[in-house]
Amino acid sequence: MKIAISSKGAAPESEVDPRFGRAAFLLVFDTETGSWSALDNAEAQELAHAAGIRAAEAVCRSGAKTVLSGHVGPKALAVLATGGVQVFHCGAMSALSAVEAFRNGRLAEQQDSGSAPA
Amino acid sequence: MMRIAVASGKGGTGKTTVATGLALYLSRRQSVHVIDCDVEAPNAALLLHPAIFLAGPVMRPVPAIDESRCDHCGKCSDACRFNAIAVTASRVVLFPEICHSCGGCTEVCPRGAITERPRAIGEFADGSVGKIQFTQGSLNAGETATVALIRAVRQMEREADVLLLDAPPGASCPMIAAVEDTDCVVLVTEPTPFGLNDLRIAAEAVRRMDLRAGVVINRDGIGDARVDRFCASAGLPVLGRIAEDRAIAEAYSRGEHPFETVPAFRAAMAAIAQSLGAEASA
Repeated sequence: MKIAISSKGAAPESEVDPRFGRAAFLLVFDTETGSWSALDNAEAQELAHAAGIRAAEAVCRSGAKTVLSGHVGPKALAVLATGGVQVFHCGAMSALSAVEAFRNGRLAEQQDSGSAPA
Repeated sequence: MMRIAVASGKGGTGKTTVATGLALYLSRRQSVHVIDCDVEAPNAALLLHPAIFLAGPVMRPVPAIDESRCDHCGKCSDACRFNAIAVTASRVVLFPEICHSCGGCTEVCPRGAITERPRAIGEFADGSVGKIQFTQGSLNAGETATVALIRAVRQMEREADVLLLDAPPGASCPMIAAVEDTDCVVLVTEPTPFGLNDLRIAAEAVRRMDLRAGVVINRDGIGDARVDRFCASAGLPVLGRIAEDRAIAEAYSRGEHPFETVPAFRAAMAAIAQSLGAEASA
């Protein structure tokens, strides 16, 4: 299984970026091989609109079925749902700790996008 | 036909009051068509009270996907500058409300899986009041296709001696769409630091479009003389002034046109029309 984490840096020790669409990197952790890879999200950071849609699409293409992030907006959530991806909230911690917290069942699933701006 | 756009940088300076006031003044002797291009907040009708004879949706093309033909190659998503299409392994997700109708996705799809379908982005209403013909556009909530709707209502321009376009505030795409291809832009401002700051921006936008422009100073008498000094230094003629007058605000607050109830306002409209050269020679 692959887990995608919105992150401020390319390393597993990097802090989770609470912004999903405009995070600097999307880290992908493969639970089967224990390997990490980093998707550079710089292009999405420059977008005037709909960065979340672009990031969600990248996550779907990576094959990840789980996202760990701060908050995912309604449009990105719609794309992720289509790709069968579940979203879990995590606070300020490293990507490594976020994966650990998720595996221990300590992260809550985001059910809807709430009132975040589109 | 003389095409006049009434614009401003700042909101609430009196664009609609001036545009409709000029329409009421000029329609005494000429045929006038008012188009309310402030489609995100059209309110010229609140001052003119036109009878509406024709109204309906304004459509624009957005993509429709034939999933049976799509192989999820993602070329449409790559082509979309606005991220209105996301392609996942098994499905395409469309966000038609952010689509700008460029047709790029339809063009690049190698399997002919994308066609265009109409989507309503807003409404138009068309009618008249006295000798004034009236048209307005009204954007649906949540839509971003402001410019497309402004262009659509401007296509409804009719034969008239004078066309008056009530522009949206600001100096970006919607304002540009409302003032382009006009003979003159009337920039309504107020003599305050806020009015001046936003007038500078709007005047610069209009200057870059090589449009003839002039300024109407509304609520004249409040603030200071810096708007006048700016107009002089920028070579912008002051077309007229509307003195600060509680009676104008009171009429406006009741939805009555100050043109009907405040003689000084009526005189100001006459002066502006004369400065514009919009009055038919007797």
